[in-house]
Amino acid sequence: MNRQRATLWLFVGSIALAILLQLMPLPQPLLPFKPFWLALVLVYWAIEVPERIGLGFAFLLGIGGDVLTGQLLGEQALRLVILAFIVLRFRSRLRFFPMWQQALAVFALLLNDRVVVLMIRGFSGDPTPPPIYWIAPVVGMLAWPFVFLLLDDLRSRLRAKES
Amino acid sequence: MALAHPDKVQLFGEGGVSTLRLIVYLTIAMVLMVVDRRGDHLGSLRGFASIVVEPLYRVAALPADAARAGRMAIVTQSQLADENRELREALLLAQARLNRMAALSAQNERLRELLDAQGDLGLGVQLAHLIDVDLDPFRHRVVLALGSRQGVVIGQPVLDAHGVMGQIVEVLPNTAVAMLVTDPTHAIPVMIERTGLRTIAYGTGAIDRLQLPNIPISADVRTGDVLVTSGLGGRFPVGFPVGEIGDVSNDESGMFAAAIARPAAALNRSGEVLLLQDLPQPMGPPLPVPVQPPVAPPGARQ
Repeated sequence: MNRQRATLWLFVGSIALAILLQLMPLPQPLLPFKPFWLALVLVYWAIEVPERIGLGFAFLLGIGGDVLTGQLLGEQALRLVILAFIVLRFRSRLRFFPMWQQALAVFALLLNDRVVVLMIRGFSGDPTPPPIYWIAPVVGMLAWPFVFLLLDDLRSRLRAKES
Repeated sequence: MALAHPDKVQLFGEGGVSTLRLIVYLTIAMVLMVVDRRGDHLGSLRGFASIVVEPLYRVAALPADAARAGRMAIVTQSQLADENRELREALLLAQARLNRMAALSAQNERLRELLDAQGDLGLGVQLAHLIDVDLDPFRHRVVLALGSRQGVVIGQPVLDAHGVMGQIVEVLPNTAVAMLVTDPTHAIPVMIERTGLRTIAYGTGAIDRLQLPNIPISADVRTGDVLVTSGLGGRFPVGFPVGEIGDVSNDESGMFAAAIARPAAALNRSGEVLLLQDLPQPMGPPLPVPVQPPVAPPGARQ
């Protein structure tokens, strides 16, 4: 019971932190390099605790993100549902990948996400973004090992403390 | 932690998510997007959620604020003195210019009275702090710490000391979102100050560039020309600086000249901004004056 509550706190905390990081300002030239934090955290939890992350959760998280950033309602919901679906489908393989392969898989996921955004914005009539638009997945890939190791470490510490 | 469905785990299996559910969620998301695009339902939803949204903005802005405060705390005396001197000089210059402007403005007022024209140049402004959060790196929007409770309405022009920054596009109870002139979906009617040529400046998505894609090829446009608002369109009042032409070339079709301009306002999201309170003069011709029947001259014969 207690352990479950602790991991629940970690889960909620990590998602809240991802939302804050998403909103966090950076100096203007660094802005396009900001990775899609929500997606990274969602991928981690989908790989590790799939029974907690369903498509419905991804959808609701995305709606929350849309409300926060004031974009088209449903945009991030669509992106996160696609992401969660792919991760849950290939979860059993993603889990046992070595870290660099996992990072590459995350890169592919984020790249796919970028294409989805491009399609959505294209349909809603936005102009094509500049080339630097494609840099965020690379940063996401580089950030993935840290996100993964940090959350994994915190989780195992919680487990060790309470068992 | 034990898996919930150990029997379901297969290396190449579905892994507990069905394609049907994916399709259902994708459809819901798409319907939401279309509905939101047609009418502004996100706005009302954000209105409801503002209890959560507004504090989150403030929390997310905290580290940047703290960093700024920290920098302020360790800044040296000589730096402060330098800055103070610079500001003093700038103030002196502005004051001198203002004195000259006062004379001109009085003259203008007299001429206006002679012409019996309407409208005055008195500006009601409201000072607003920026909340330093980033909504989307590819859309240029800033969050202001004033909202509908302080009387902010959609469409108000946002200025800084150097020129037009953008306009309010969304209002929550205590915060407002402004779209900058460099947002890729923003356009502002401008006039070249030197020649009076009117055109439209579009945002490019780059923070230091505006685009003027359709200037007649015969028009007299040079590097260094100053762009001011033309007042057409009824949203921005006339005469505020918008930018400066940086580069003029032909567009791809060769039918128009295309120019790149640099925004006049400091758009790099720091400090305070001004919200213009009174919206510009209404569009279109003035309302017709009721016609009085001709008065018969005294002594005229019936």
